[in-house]
Amino acid sequence: MNSQVRTYFDEMYSSPTGVRDLYANYANWLRDVPAEQLESKRQEAELLFRRVGITFNVYGENAGTERLIPFDVIPRLLAAKEWDVLSKGAIQRVRALNMFLHDIYHDREIIKAGIVSENILTHSQYRPEMFDVDVPSGIYAHIAGIDIVRTDESQFYVLEDNLRTPSGVSYMLEDRKMMMRLFPELFRRYSIAPVEHYPQVLKNNLRAVAQSGVKDPTVVLLTPGAYNSAYFEHAFLAQQMGVELVEGQDLFVRGNAVYMRTTEGPKKVDVIYRRLDDEYIDPLAFNPDSMLGVPGLFSVYRNGGVTLANAVGTGVADDKSTYIRVPEMIKFYLGEAPILSNVPTYELSKKDDLAYVLDRLPELVVKEVQGSGGYGMLVGPTASKQEIIDFRDRILADPSNYIAQPTLALSTCPTLVEQGIAPRHVDLRPFVLSGETVTLVPGALCRVAMREGSLVVNSSQGGGTKDTWVLQETSPQEVVGIEATLKGEVAVC
Amino acid sequence: MLSRTANHLFWMARYIERAENMARILDVTANMAMVPNAALSEAALWQPALEISGNANAFMERFSDYTASNVIHYLAMDPANPSSIYSALHSARENARAVRVAMTSETWENINSLWLEFSQFDGKDLAEEGLREFCDWVKARSHLFRGVSFGTMLRDDAFQFLRLGTFIERADNTARLLDVKYHLLLPKEEEVGGGVDYYEWSAILRSVSAFQAYQKVFNDTIQPWRVAELLVLRKDMPRSLHACFTEITAILENLTTGRHVECRRIAGEINASLQYGRMDHIFQNGLHEFLTEFIECNNQLGAEIQRSFLNIHAA
Repeated sequence: MNSQVRTYFDEMYSSPTGVRDLYANYANWLRDVPAEQLESKRQEAELLFRRVGITFNVYGENAGTERLIPFDVIPRLLAAKEWDVLSKGAIQRVRALNMFLHDIYHDREIIKAGIVSENILTHSQYRPEMFDVDVPSGIYAHIAGIDIVRTDESQFYVLEDNLRTPSGVSYMLEDRKMMMRLFPELFRRYSIAPVEHYPQVLKNNLRAVAQSGVKDPTVVLLTPGAYNSAYFEHAFLAQQMGVELVEGQDLFVRGNAVYMRTTEGPKKVDVIYRRLDDEYIDPLAFNPDSMLGVPGLFSVYRNGGVTLANAVGTGVADDKSTYIRVPEMIKFYLGEAPILSNVPTYELSKKDDLAYVLDRLPELVVKEVQGSGGYGMLVGPTASKQEIIDFRDRILADPSNYIAQPTLALSTCPTLVEQGIAPRHVDLRPFVLSGETVTLVPGALCRVAMREGSLVVNSSQGGGTKDTWVLQETSPQEVVGIEATLKGEVAVC
Repeated sequence: MLSRTANHLFWMARYIERAENMARILDVTANMAMVPNAALSEAALWQPALEISGNANAFMERFSDYTASNVIHYLAMDPANPSSIYSALHSARENARAVRVAMTSETWENINSLWLEFSQFDGKDLAEEGLREFCDWVKARSHLFRGVSFGTMLRDDAFQFLRLGTFIERADNTARLLDVKYHLLLPKEEEVGGGVDYYEWSAILRSVSAFQAYQKVFNDTIQPWRVAELLVLRKDMPRSLHACFTEITAILENLTTGRHVECRRIAGEINASLQYGRMDHIFQNGLHEFLTEFIECNNQLGAEIQRSFLNIHAA
């Protein structure tokens, strides 16, 4: 609503020259492409996505309703040096978070040091059952999705860390495949870092975290089933990695091991990449009503009979009350200065912060400490008066359940919408993989709020996706250097 | 492979085959309706279509008349009828979706786009127009499914279970078709002959794509017992019972290498009766009795396959 008043950093156009250098080539190309051609490419993409079945189910709608996540044909670009900072920052964060998780389930040095309060042990996502359990290589978050937003040329913020069962990576991969199909000429013109090896890296990592002594570990992907909103992604990753896609009913526990039921009898499973939340993995240990999990799984896991990725209990490190402490964790565990900044955050459990926030609700974003998916949040600047009044009551009923942040001026990126090309707000979710090493592939899920002025990019709230191009630099000096060498060799001959 | 995966693949293939057979039945029935025939009322013409699919009772609970419009709607488009073409294709796609990883992406995309294309027939009154086009479409999509799976899938267990589903379902359908039609068309053996009979028997042959085959094999006017022979005993006729069981026994042999499994024995027994059976013996004991027993044994085989491979609960 006040997008007229505020100015946002635009990924393509915010530059004194009118177009950022990074986008110079692309902007030229985009200017010359007729609008109808872009629109027909968009329609072609939609048709292909439907045929391939890249759809998701929305909770609360009729069972089996399948929707397409809007795909935008205009990519988001990142310069190699921008990516360098982001990837190092994300890796640093995940290293610290994994150390934090190990610590909180073992010696709890960080509580002794007074950085994290003892209250964390009563947190609903803290799993006392995991105390003193050793997981292979001390890795808890094998797959982490770090949500990053940008507010100007040099300022990036981490919005949140997703350490439970982060999703969206299939869109990173499928969007890329689609872009290469729709615009092959752009891939010839630009040097775009490839991302297609993600499933291979993931598989290697998963194999690497099998219990020691297992020679040729069997990895499976555990899905809640075909009606889960992220089912396409589960199927996609299992297929790309060449592992079985299993449901809880396909697995059973015998002795200190997990087996899957095959047409040739039971087969032992060593590593489970589970896309089920902690609560559902084992009705004997957690939610007894869950039909999705495997009875007895957790006890085998605790005894080291099987590896789960991500580990049980990671949720304690990715909610908004822990988020606030991550910069201090980085200093505490790694002795490094944080590369990426947190968004300034108010904790409504604190009296002063609460008073400050209640005075400024129309300016702020208020989130539930343990909420996700864009549900249960208030975006002050776009909320109606009534919505603000209602939300205020919810906050007052349980202040410690909320945090607040300034509404960030999320950067925009040109996006093809009904009216033509227009700026829409974007974020970025790179996926950090931890195994033998901590790495990420040079790319990310870029989510875009398709509605004008909207800052909510979640797919469950109508957000779309874009391909993210990390441009590899071929600096003029390097090119000259190669030529010089060649000439030299010729001279020697 | 996972038992659940095998189960989904088996049923996916069965449902597609079922949809195809239903389309064949609707197609020939509609064709017969175009032949002038004073003896057959609309109801007498359309009721057999329901009996072949074993749906007559459920139909009568919902409708009062065997009109073309009612029967076509019920068998083609009715979501409340679990064996309508609509339901069969929907189930095929849901089974495929649950195990899309287990087949090639071409196979999955083929089934998915089949389902997306189905919407073009939504809300159409096929009895009024478009039934022919619809049936052709269903058959063509089924051919395409077999072609893409045959042409792209690794010859592993997944492929075997998929083929197994196809042939078990096909054998069942051919047996039912023959049973109902033979009954209706041949109340007494002496009454064979006449123009209408010719059309009706040729329609049966066409419904299993066997009209040209008949001409080639027998080079003779259409004789009911030869139609039966073609559809029961001829191994070279791809929709015959014998052809289906040649495939089924080979597949089960592959799947059970070295293991004694009851379903393999049952399949072998049925196959032997088709391989060494003689048509005159079958007629002596009654074709209807033979087909009834066949359908029963085929069901039993399906249940055994389910028990041996697909629902392994205790390990």
